Amino acid sequence: MSVFTDIRRTVYGKERLRTFSIGGAHPPSCKLAAQSATEEMIPEGTVSLFLGQHIGAPAVPVVGKGERVKTGRLVAKANGFVSANIHSSVSGTVLAVEPVADLAGRRMPAIVIQVEGDEWEEGIDRTPDIANDISAIDAATIIRKVSDAGIVGLGGAAFPTHVKLSPPQGKRARTLIINAAECEPYLTSDYRVMLESGEQAIIGALLLQRALDAPEAFIGIEVNKPEAIFHLQKIIRERGYSIRVVPLRQRYPQGSEKQLVEAVAGRRVPSMGLPVDAGAVVQNIGTALAVYEAVQKNKPLIDNCITITGRSAPRQVNAMVRVGTPLSKIAAWAGGIPSDTGKIVCGGPMMGKAVANIDAPTVKTTAAILYIPEREALRRKESNCIRCARCVRACPMGLEPYLLIRLTQCGRYDELQTHRTYDCIECGCCLYSCPARVPLLDYIRIGKEKIKR
Amino acid sequence: MDEKMKIDEGMPGRFTDKDWVVSPAPHVHSGATTQGLMRDVLIALAPALAVAVYFFGWQMLLTAAVSVASCVALEFAIQKYLMRCRPSVNDLSATVTGLLLALNLPAGAPWWLVTTGSIVAIGITKMSFGGLGKNPFNPALVGRVFLLISFPVQMTHWVVPQGTATTDAVTGATPLSIIKENLAQGLSIDGIVERFDLSYWELLFGRIGGSAGEVSAVALLAGFGWLLFRRVIRPHIPLAVLGSMALLGGVFWLVDPQRFIDPLFHLLSGGALLGAIFMATDYVTSPMNPWGMLIFGIGIGVLTILIRLFGAYPEGISFAILIMNATVPLLNKYTKPKRYGKEVRHG
Repeated sequence: MSVFTDIRRTVYGKERLRTFSIGGAHPPSCKLAAQSATEEMIPEGTVSLFLGQHIGAPAVPVVGKGERVKTGRLVAKANGFVSANIHSSVSGTVLAVEPVADLAGRRMPAIVIQVEGDEWEEGIDRTPDIANDISAIDAATIIRKVSDAGIVGLGGAAFPTHVKLSPPQGKRARTLIINAAECEPYLTSDYRVMLESGEQAIIGALLLQRALDAPEAFIGIEVNKPEAIFHLQKIIRERGYSIRVVPLRQRYPQGSEKQLVEAVAGRRVPSMGLPVDAGAVVQNIGTALAVYEAVQKNKPLIDNCITITGRSAPRQVNAMVRVGTPLSKIAAWAGGIPSDTGKIVCGGPMMGKAVANIDAPTVKTTAAILYIPEREALRRKESNCIRCARCVRACPMGLEPYLLIRLTQCGRYDELQTHRTYDCIECGCCLYSCPARVPLLDYIRIGKEKIKR
Repeated sequence: MDEKMKIDEGMPGRFTDKDWVVSPAPHVHSGATTQGLMRDVLIALAPALAVAVYFFGWQMLLTAAVSVASCVALEFAIQKYLMRCRPSVNDLSATVTGLLLALNLPAGAPWWLVTTGSIVAIGITKMSFGGLGKNPFNPALVGRVFLLISFPVQMTHWVVPQGTATTDAVTGATPLSIIKENLAQGLSIDGIVERFDLSYWELLFGRIGGSAGEVSAVALLAGFGWLLFRRVIRPHIPLAVLGSMALLGGVFWLVDPQRFIDPLFHLLSGGALLGAIFMATDYVTSPMNPWGMLIFGIGIGVLTILIRLFGAYPEGISFAILIMNATVPLLNKYTKPKRYGKEVRHG
């Protein structure tokens, strides 16, 4: 506690640390890979680029079988406004455009490329120099470059960034919030980005701010990452950037858009609305870095930082991994899958997906490979609900999970609507805190599907 | 929902030497268990039990043991032979019910009285509705009220605390019944307090007559502290019960201090603390939303004071809690937790 108290006193006066106001949980942060510097993994063999790895219409392939591509070459074009370009993450030969099994084993269309060397497209600036001159770039150029580079929200939703940068008619974003909360346990990729590419990410944030024409910009970071807070503040102070770091109290799900808007800006997003309805746009810190690379360096989104971690992992690794690399290759490269693994999660332990097919390729938003030991892999048996109301206390949206699951079980789907089931952000706080291990979230997901129809 | 999913044999690129668990998120858990919560309630009741043993002797421990054993055995037997499901006495909920029942009876209650209470509590109130989490009324309280109405003589045979040293117990009345009876005979509050030497000190530390668990306010407050510290309960219900009792009791006291005892006396005497802290906060039979909890608590407080001052019984918190138990489904329906964000009507 003393570290946090110190931060508060020395840097922020006596201001209370901000956070969201309803519910939440405190899973232990377990940032095991926090001290591992980012390594770069160059893939071998084949990579597979899914055509639909973003929200919206799948991209349309613009290369054919046998065609040679260089790293950074456009291989699939956005299909419409809400869609995103896809670029080759390696250089080599296109083997096929065919269905490839994803994490869950579903076969989805993808471009499969045989890796041959690592030759980059012309015009991509790969020098490490920081290009911090953004005075000559206007909003339209930024949005066009972001769109060309195929950037999507890297926080997990994979929503095309250029769409987020073009708010609907009559709505204006007053506040840009850069999401660096990284509230999921175990994940450290955003943390490494802040420490290693802090200035680039800040420039990316300023570009986003210009694209939105937002008067104010904040970076929200939880206080369990004091080095990142100090580091970014130092850069901002030295360079005089007009962006503020907002330290946040550690609490899950702080990194959820709606919760972050409340924590940082003090405004609440209306039900079924977008953050822009509360005058805010939220972008992940990883997205900000990608925007910097796209606008200043002409580099499309072809790699991202992935944490490979777990209590029995042979090595705690943060790695820049090319999109489309099979998870099994990454795991083998990072020291192999520990023998006591009972479950492999792609993403954080609260919201990540369990991996059924370890050979599935990564997508732009893949954040982590997490090994869960055998003894923690299976859920405990469900017992009677004792109506302790912990789920109600934990729900950050102020819903009543115990009621929603009962209504779903009884098939009373029309009542689910009146109890605002659609507001559920699937953060998992209810199931996390339930002493009877009632599969609350599983049923709520079913209920949400039912009311969509 | 959970199953060890074998990866489709026909799928290209599979791991054949190992099966992974595939289940929906979240993949971690806080570690909270029903058993853990119940264990915390038992720990919170320990000081009250210790004080009861200190004042009423080792016989008290025997009463508690009989009560707990009969509750657990009955739940086990019903689950195994009637419901034919796996007995879940491991969750300690029957143990809590048993201990609460023992603390709600007069010290030195005969064994048949205790076991009758257990049968009503576990057999009728809890298991006939389907077991843990399904019963609308608090089992221990129904047990107690059943005994109070059916066996009024044994149930008001109060032993005045003497300590473990003395064996021959003295019987006497509870402070609340002393006041009720003497007011009926025309004495004033001041007169009663002076004549029967009723001091707050004794109420706080327990040299009063009453149910085994309600004699010491300090021990019960220590338990309250533990429950709050471990975040087993939220403070809403106990504070609403005690606050509304103090408020309403205070109004009557200000109207006529010679006819109505002061609010502090109300809070420290009888089952107020035991009821507010341990009986009204029972998860199963109390509301789930903060506003519901407050209304529930206020209802209990108001009804308790009204029964104490104007009812036939000197103490009314058991009745008040059971009456409010019946309103819980309505309170759950008409109170809602604070939602995130304004609701937007979509046509």
